[in-house]
Amino acid sequence: MVTKVIMPQLGESVVEGTITKWLVKEGDAVKRYDPLLEVSSDKVDTEVPSPVDGTILKIVVPEGSTVHAGALIALIGQPGEAMPEDVDEAQASSSKMMSTEEAPRPKSDHGKQKDIGFISPVVARLAAEYQVDLTQVKGTGVRGRIRKKDVLNYIKQREAQAVKEEALPEWEKPGSGDLFKPTTMEEYAPIPAPPKPGPKPSAPPPAGAPHSPPPSPQPPPPSLPGDEIAPLGRMRRLIAEHMVQSKRISPHVTTVFMVDMSNVVKHRYTHKERFARDGVKLTFTPYFIAAIAQALKQHPYANSSWSEEGIVLHRAINIGMATAIDDGLIVPVIKHADGYNLLGLARLVNDLADRARAGKLTPDEIQGATFTLTNHGTSGSLFASPIINQPNAGILGVGAIHKEPVVISQGHPLLPDPEDYIAIRPVAYLSFSFDHRILDGATADAFVAAVKDILEHWTE
Amino acid sequence: MAIMNNIEALRETLRQEMERDPRIVITGEDVGPRGGVFRATQGLYQQFGEKRVIDTPLAELSIVATGIGMALTGYFKPIVEIQFADFIFPAFNQILSEAARMRYRTRSDWTVPLIIRAPYGGGISGGLYHSQSVEAFFAHIPGLYVVAPSTPYDIKGMLRAALQLDDPVLFFEHKKTYRLIKGEVPEEDYVVPIGKAAIRREGDDLTVISYGLAMHDAVKAADMLAAEGIYAEVIDLRTLRPLDKETILASVKKTGKVLIVHEDNPTVSVSSEVAAIIGQEAFEYLDGPITRLTPPDVPAVPFSHPLQDAFMLNPEKIARAMRTLAAY
Repeated sequence: MVTKVIMPQLGESVVEGTITKWLVKEGDAVKRYDPLLEVSSDKVDTEVPSPVDGTILKIVVPEGSTVHAGALIALIGQPGEAMPEDVDEAQASSSKMMSTEEAPRPKSDHGKQKDIGFISPVVARLAAEYQVDLTQVKGTGVRGRIRKKDVLNYIKQREAQAVKEEALPEWEKPGSGDLFKPTTMEEYAPIPAPPKPGPKPSAPPPAGAPHSPPPSPQPPPPSLPGDEIAPLGRMRRLIAEHMVQSKRISPHVTTVFMVDMSNVVKHRYTHKERFARDGVKLTFTPYFIAAIAQALKQHPYANSSWSEEGIVLHRAINIGMATAIDDGLIVPVIKHADGYNLLGLARLVNDLADRARAGKLTPDEIQGATFTLTNHGTSGSLFASPIINQPNAGILGVGAIHKEPVVISQGHPLLPDPEDYIAIRPVAYLSFSFDHRILDGATADAFVAAVKDILEHWTE
Repeated sequence: MAIMNNIEALRETLRQEMERDPRIVITGEDVGPRGGVFRATQGLYQQFGEKRVIDTPLAELSIVATGIGMALTGYFKPIVEIQFADFIFPAFNQILSEAARMRYRTRSDWTVPLIIRAPYGGGISGGLYHSQSVEAFFAHIPGLYVVAPSTPYDIKGMLRAALQLDDPVLFFEHKKTYRLIKGEVPEEDYVVPIGKAAIRREGDDLTVISYGLAMHDAVKAADMLAAEGIYAEVIDLRTLRPLDKETILASVKKTGKVLIVHEDNPTVSVSSEVAAIIGQEAFEYLDGPITRLTPPDVPAVPFSHPLQDAFMLNPEKIARAMRTLAAY
């Protein structure tokens, strides 16, 4: 029997994906669950496993093509087996889809309905809840109908498979070093357009923009002999697109506050071991997320998005945390960050950061941020002017926590006082870039002041 | 703990409660010296005397009407017996228009704490006048409690629960279970709350909802299917009004498939109501058609033995319906 390989839905709101690489070719023998191809959507790459044992009869969709979830992408069967007749049609419709944006939904949708039989309410609900592609589920009911049991078994198997993946050594590695790897200013700078090779010299990059991989301190002059071109990966292009777009969309203003971290530092050193016993590495990040979540509640405009109909105030507090990874930057999202205690946040932060570095985030996990945190301080940076993660109203940058002499005064804030003294305290600078369409200086500062206040009076 | 059949459990509970509460009075046809045609009241006349166990004329209207009257005085807790549920209809107007509505019509100033016991159901070669299931007529009426306990334990617990209520209770006893069904009955006092169903057997492949004799057949059918690897959850409704939605929905949400089984006619019956509740409140959990298994929609349980057998449910018929639904 010939089995159709169907483009899976990669996430709740992800309806299409790009086939980045075929790991098999026509005529190859494959085993069930062997990876067939790599698919990427937005920034997340996923391998699609083989649904059955067999031989690749036909690869319908070539590398580099973008297709909708549910599209036929390959056929697996026994060598020499006759191919079903609708392949050409499916192929035609998928290539049509590739060529034009508003191509009709593939005709194979209709065939898919026919193939999987009647879908009962509970099967439909479970498939939606657990993001099950029903074409992958084997029905054992009357006339091959997919029963509730079949879906539940499928989900169980899928989870078992996920657990197996988790057991890989890569996954077991504890979070190493600082939560955020040092990030360079490159991620905040406009990315120069890709230089075109050839006789025509490329335009010089905008003044002051450091180029990515920074081996030399000087921006290279155009077309010097010996120049090399580092090809642009998908990640690099996406970052470039997002940054340029954000600068174009929002009038950015950055405001900077100094915060005395004494209480947080004390708290962290007191509780680090207790958290470690629970298997959780306590970094400073969860403190910042907790403080931001609380402050956002008091300042809802900082947790909003601009729209032409009005400012959309988000009830959910979903905090994205910019995380450096090998080839760039990704922003996993802590959904409903206000619903966790410090332990819960620390656990989530560890998990998301680990999986971000391992490239194992799901598309849903990098969506839906209503606010973003970037921790540029791990590289020693004191303050920055971060670029807003659209469509947020602001992004909070946290600089390096370091000791500074601080004047402690109980008396007049400005006039000299005999009780004034200088102390050495751990401090950090908070740099808040905000969209001036939504927030003004005073409202933005009120929000950052709230974050500062929460951090400085941390008790728990 | 004593092992009793249903009729013994009923009789012992009546005796214990009459000893405890002097307001309890029993009336009905042949309930006195003869002890009732099914012997439900045997020995009670001898123990409590003619003022508490009263033989009545063959007139169901007056049995229920005098019961309502006694209940309204507040001095009595009447338990009236309708000899066969088939005979209850002369009293229907009293039950519907007076007993059920008294509390509503008087803004709770007056209530009717009356228990109407009625043996129902077929399979005992009783023919057209001694075999009918009549519960749906009463389950339709707001203001009544309608119960159909079918185990000795439940009969004691639900009779005691009914005696604690201030409102009329239709207490239906499947007459074929009287001597067929035996079980442990604790000596001590307990109640089985009215409005709470029981899960007789747990399973997650499908839910069978039933009551009365059919429920016992359903448990046997479920045992047969368990040997085939199909695990059914069997729910004994016990109370037909009000229905225990919570238990019904929880089970259907677990299994996704439901078979409703009873001996009463299918049209506008308890199963109609259960199916409607499930269809409305558990639609997204359904993995198969809400299915009913009842005898054919014919005017009465036939007298002819082969026809009676064809009419009545049994474990094999229920098992067949369960297999079909499980395979869906």
